[in-house]
Amino acid sequence: MSETETGAAAAAVKAAPADDEKPLLKVEGLVKHFPIKKGLLQRQVGAVKAVDGIDFEVRRGETLGVVGESGCGKSTMGRLITRLLEPSGGRIEFDGTDITHLGVGGMRPLRRDVQMIFQDPYGSLNPRHTIGSIVSAPFRLQGVEPEGGVKKEVQRLLELVGLSPEHFNRYPHEFSGGQRQRIGIARALALKPRMVVADEPVSALDVSIQAQVVNLMDDLQDELGLTYVIIAHDLSVVRHVSDRIAVMYLGKIVELADRDSLYASPMHPYTKALMSAVPIPDPKRRTQKSERILLRGDVPSPIAPPSGCRFHTRCWKATEVCRTTEPPLAELRPGQRVACHHPEDFADQQPQDTVLLSVAKEAAELVPDEVSGKPGKPGKPAAAGKAAKAPEETPAKSSTDESQ
Amino acid sequence: MTDLSKTGAAVGEPVRAGEPPRAFLEVRDLKVHFPTDDGLVKSVDGLSFQLEKGRTLGIVGESGSGKSVTSLAVMGLHRLGSRGKNVQMSGEIWLDGKELVSASPDEVRRMRGRQMAMIFQDPLSAMHPYYTVGNQIVEAYRVHNKVDKKTARRRAVELLDRVGIPEPNKRVDMYPHEFSGGMRQRAMIAMALVNNPELLIADEPTTALDVTVQAQILDLIRDLQKEFGSAVVIITHDLGVVAEIADDILVMYGGRCVERGPVDKIFYEPSHPYTWGLLGSMPRIDRAQTDRLIPVKGQPPSLINVPTGCAFNPRCPYADVPKGGITRTERPELHEVGGGHFTACHLSQEDRTRIWTEEIAPKL
Repeated sequence: MSETETGAAAAAVKAAPADDEKPLLKVEGLVKHFPIKKGLLQRQVGAVKAVDGIDFEVRRGETLGVVGESGCGKSTMGRLITRLLEPSGGRIEFDGTDITHLGVGGMRPLRRDVQMIFQDPYGSLNPRHTIGSIVSAPFRLQGVEPEGGVKKEVQRLLELVGLSPEHFNRYPHEFSGGQRQRIGIARALALKPRMVVADEPVSALDVSIQAQVVNLMDDLQDELGLTYVIIAHDLSVVRHVSDRIAVMYLGKIVELADRDSLYASPMHPYTKALMSAVPIPDPKRRTQKSERILLRGDVPSPIAPPSGCRFHTRCWKATEVCRTTEPPLAELRPGQRVACHHPEDFADQQPQDTVLLSVAKEAAELVPDEVSGKPGKPGKPAAAGKAAKAPEETPAKSSTDESQ
Repeated sequence: MTDLSKTGAAVGEPVRAGEPPRAFLEVRDLKVHFPTDDGLVKSVDGLSFQLEKGRTLGIVGESGSGKSVTSLAVMGLHRLGSRGKNVQMSGEIWLDGKELVSASPDEVRRMRGRQMAMIFQDPLSAMHPYYTVGNQIVEAYRVHNKVDKKTARRRAVELLDRVGIPEPNKRVDMYPHEFSGGMRQRAMIAMALVNNPELLIADEPTTALDVTVQAQILDLIRDLQKEFGSAVVIITHDLGVVAEIADDILVMYGGRCVERGPVDKIFYEPSHPYTWGLLGSMPRIDRAQTDRLIPVKGQPPSLINVPTGCAFNPRCPYADVPKGGITRTERPELHEVGGGHFTACHLSQEDRTRIWTEEIAPKL
């Protein structure tokens, strides 16, 4: 234990007793392939590799944010760890129990501890059930008789999420999007779960309502000691709510780090590109000499993901090794795990490999934010050449080269 | 941002009805009401703005604030189909010297696509799944131009190339479902631009897209505007998007404009409590601050029973600051607070400045 303790101290993780340091959820090599079947005999001709070998853990009481573009497998991951889907491989451990291949019956006792909040507040509530019966369903299914009766408990829950207890007999259509999302949260909290997986909990809501729900989830975490896994595509929201963040790309985690390290100095080029693409509500930025990395093209198909590093087809730093060898998710800085051969702001992992792939030169465009001026075609990479030079120089200099 | 005096003119001085327009696009006291079984839905209830060519107006607001209805009204799309009988429109929309509300559907149809074009939020449902992308662009071109199919097809390929679709020669014969979301949005932009429209309305053009693709599309729209010098209206709920792309901003609430002005004013000296609320409820990636967000309490208003007085009064933390409950009885009119910056709020100038500098600004 002493070894792990010093390790933990060095990693500057939250100080806590060693026993509590055991993660609540541990995922190893998790894989989910959806088969593609064709023909009369429904032979399998391929697979959508939605989640393709990911490792992470969720610590007690923390909020893990998961970000990535659509199709990166983040929602599938959420459904796997709540075991709404059966993994094709790997291992999921919840609080020490292996739940990878538990059946419906085997999962039932665990459903109390793991709950989910869904994205669509319209699709996730049965329109023919009253709010009372929706929120009390978990009690019915689990055969739990809360203190003071189900009705009283449901009304308490409704109050907890900021609704009125009189809403008990109303139907979902009588509520607005934000209120429905609150109902979904009340239902998820009914059995006092330990972990809540929220898949895009606020993306269907208006900004002003979004803030209400974000604050509510925050308060509930403090009050009930919840552990959250929040899946979202909005990087500002994820930053606001998470303690640690996992960035996914094509079924893989490319970077997993503490919030502050991730946003202060992203190490994976994809993370960097993703964050630079977020529009910033500050018009002054337009005239400042900041840069934006504009990725070309779209995410490749998860049916036939690129070899080696999956990002190499769109990466401006890609070299031969990126095409052939998959980079491991390694802890390069304390608390910051990155899967990249040529990380940003850090010693190159493959310094011998300096020749850029030809695609790299076209992969991205560094746009000074005042794009203006040039009405030229977007097909021409303007400053990509500049960035492309970076790995040829001393690797540590790469960032200074770009921030000019 | 170079010419502030021009901005002022572009955003609007009050103009009397019937007078000829001063701006390229001028909307005056536009009202769009839909009678329903539950009552009259006042989606847009007295909206005015002006827009010059070469400038971008961002319309911001929550769902149900009337921003999309406004854009459909400008495009003359409310009279189509069975719903057309059920809409009550009044006011004036002047585009390049022509009045559109009173124009015949035929006249509007001739202008639609040619002088004004629209980019919709969801490219998959906005494009016809049964025709190739090329065919749809060709159709849009040939409706307004007497050219043979070959020329039109060349034009389609040229535009697909211009909006950054790789291998346009091949892509032109593909169907919308074979395109990715970002590509579809590019194809739709190509379709909208095929006739070099002078007014381009983009209704949530990037909401369905990922951030990396959103950045590409915003960049494209900005480039194209520079190239064609058209007037652009961007409708969005994302303040980040308007901060990047708009010259002027119009904030809508409950079917009315509550604040409008140059982008810098709206972000650095916002004057309406609703705008303060929007800015406070937004998590920001560029600030270290990660404490609680400051949400706007309550729900957006019903457009059937819009609150009397200021529509925002039930949610406004400062509704009781002006004396005599005026916020609940009297509807505030837009008035200038300086430099082309208009606001519709009963707060006095002193109160507003005090609240902004002492209470709101430090928390943002």
